[in-house]
Amino acid sequence: MIRLEKRPQPSRALSLSTPIMAVLATFVFGGLLFAVLGKDPVEALQTIFWQPLFGEYAFYYRPQLLIKGAPLVLIAIGLSLGFKAGIWNIGAEGQYIMGAIFGAAVGLAFYPAEGWYIFPLMVLAGAMGGWAWAMIPAFLKVRFGTNEILVSLMLVYVAEQFLASMSLGLLKNPEGYGFPGSRNLQQYAPAHNAELFAGSGMHWGVVAALIAVIFAYVLLAKHRLGFAIRVTGEAPRAARFSGVNPARLVLFCLGTSGLLAGLAGMFEVSGPSGQITIDFNVGYGFTAIIVAFLGRLHPIGILLAGGLMALTYIGGDIAQSNLGLPAAAIQVFQGMLLFFLLALDVLTHYRLRIGAAEAV
Amino acid sequence: MDLSAINPLLFVAGFLVAATPLIFAAIGELVVEKSGVLNLGVEGMMITGAICGFATAVETGSPLLGFAAAAVGGAALSLLFAFLTQVTLANQVASGLSLTLFGLGLSALIGQSYVGIKPPRLGDIDFGPLADIPVIGPILFTHDIILYLGIALVAGVWAVLKFTRAGLILRAVGESHDAAHALGYKVKRIRTAAILFGGACAGLGGAYISLIRVPQWTEGMTAGIGWIALALVVFASWKPWRALLGAYLFGGITQLQLNLQGAGVAIPVEYLAMSPYIITIIVLVVLSADKSAAPASLGRTFHASN
Repeated sequence: MIRLEKRPQPSRALSLSTPIMAVLATFVFGGLLFAVLGKDPVEALQTIFWQPLFGEYAFYYRPQLLIKGAPLVLIAIGLSLGFKAGIWNIGAEGQYIMGAIFGAAVGLAFYPAEGWYIFPLMVLAGAMGGWAWAMIPAFLKVRFGTNEILVSLMLVYVAEQFLASMSLGLLKNPEGYGFPGSRNLQQYAPAHNAELFAGSGMHWGVVAALIAVIFAYVLLAKHRLGFAIRVTGEAPRAARFSGVNPARLVLFCLGTSGLLAGLAGMFEVSGPSGQITIDFNVGYGFTAIIVAFLGRLHPIGILLAGGLMALTYIGGDIAQSNLGLPAAAIQVFQGMLLFFLLALDVLTHYRLRIGAAEAV
Repeated sequence: MDLSAINPLLFVAGFLVAATPLIFAAIGELVVEKSGVLNLGVEGMMITGAICGFATAVETGSPLLGFAAAAVGGAALSLLFAFLTQVTLANQVASGLSLTLFGLGLSALIGQSYVGIKPPRLGDIDFGPLADIPVIGPILFTHDIILYLGIALVAGVWAVLKFTRAGLILRAVGESHDAAHALGYKVKRIRTAAILFGGACAGLGGAYISLIRVPQWTEGMTAGIGWIALALVVFASWKPWRALLGAYLFGGITQLQLNLQGAGVAIPVEYLAMSPYIITIIVLVVLSADKSAAPASLGRTFHASN
């Protein structure tokens, strides 16, 4: 008989090693999944995790790592603040879309003007778009006690419809021969989020993601607000007694995560993706949830986890074209990772004891 | 715009169909939440049920076998959730989210070879002369057996929760797991059973979408219905009949906006398509003032030595 015994203190060593164990377990079961799909598991895993980094065409894939990783890290950092405090924003995908629409709309409004101020204004608009979209669940939660999980999620579907309406209507390229989608911002220099060094993949979104990591690290380690977030997550009652204002915390956590998700969307639409189209969003807002947990809600962890997730995206694309591995298999792989992570987490808080339970 | 193009009889019959997936998912989740567990994986279990049911119905040619497979598929996925939350004591919110993400991926993977196929049709029950009654006949007596099963399920859950010992134990576990444990009830086993029931119901609801309402398979076809079902449980204050009422309300709104799209109303299609989600939010806001009906142990992890 195996039973669980609560540890007086969560184990630090296990807290650091469970993500690695989860990744290894996912390799094993993911390999099995690939085998069931009729692919050589070793070859598939090698294609996904080795080729983008050290393979023959790695020079092409390595910059992609930054491009795919930046939005994931940016969004996940914001989510982690709320998750730590028990505030669940799962509508980052919607905030990402709104940030992209707001940012692109400002850029397109200036077309074809020239000026250094256009891009900064777009950044501001993108951040505001995401922030405003996240303030809806935040405000409703604070004012009416409405569940933020459901509201933020519902707003993803609303944002998707809004995106469709924008790319077919207001933001549609007037010279686009009737095709849906906006002008391509990559061809409009003042609004283009270009690579800072050619061929490096380093664009302003990557810079923003790194700043966000540092910001979150300092906030959580040194600032009183970071303390409030941690205490609220671990002991809400104690937090109240120590003078934490829960309403203000909700507004801050949801607002910040919305702002960062909006920024991510804006940098994506003005850079790698280039235009507003019906389906320019690819689910970064949801994958970022996995990234936040895989990084154990810790800024540095999230940075590493974002890199790993970006790798699965890129490697997944390669495996899709080289081995014919379906795109959905990568999605299952990512979901599996989250399962193992959550399941193994028990080890940090509980000790496994073998033997009969004593009567208490 | 031509509103006369909307046939009221077809409209009512249509919204009964649109509401059925919601009824299944909501009544399943209601039982889960009554036992004190918050499973946010409804969307994932629904979509898994949708593809399990669809694939089985196509392969065997029997829609009813499809529904059985959907229930099994949904329950199988919920077993993962039960393992995470009851055995490894993981956070229920995170586990539910992971279930949804995993379910969406898994269903897309299974479903790739089923895109564009028409499933075998499940015929309507033959009520004989009843179906010929004017007005009432076409509305009430021209449906498939699963639709009636959904209504029967609501009645069954209501009766079990209200009148039976099993229902009382389930509610006790949800209100205070410590007290229930002290009385000798197996909290984890009871919760696991509730989670499996919820999974099976969500699976049935999903299959109703892919086999009857649409009927075909497309990726992500549940489009948030699982989440609306979660909102419905709050809307219903955890009462079965109110969940049914809520499902009809949302079914009505969905059907109405589809009909308005068809009738060529001056509102753009995208804004009409947003409406069910926005209305869900409004309803949540109006009803969130009263939380007293929620099971007291909802979302809390139970560990015997605590």
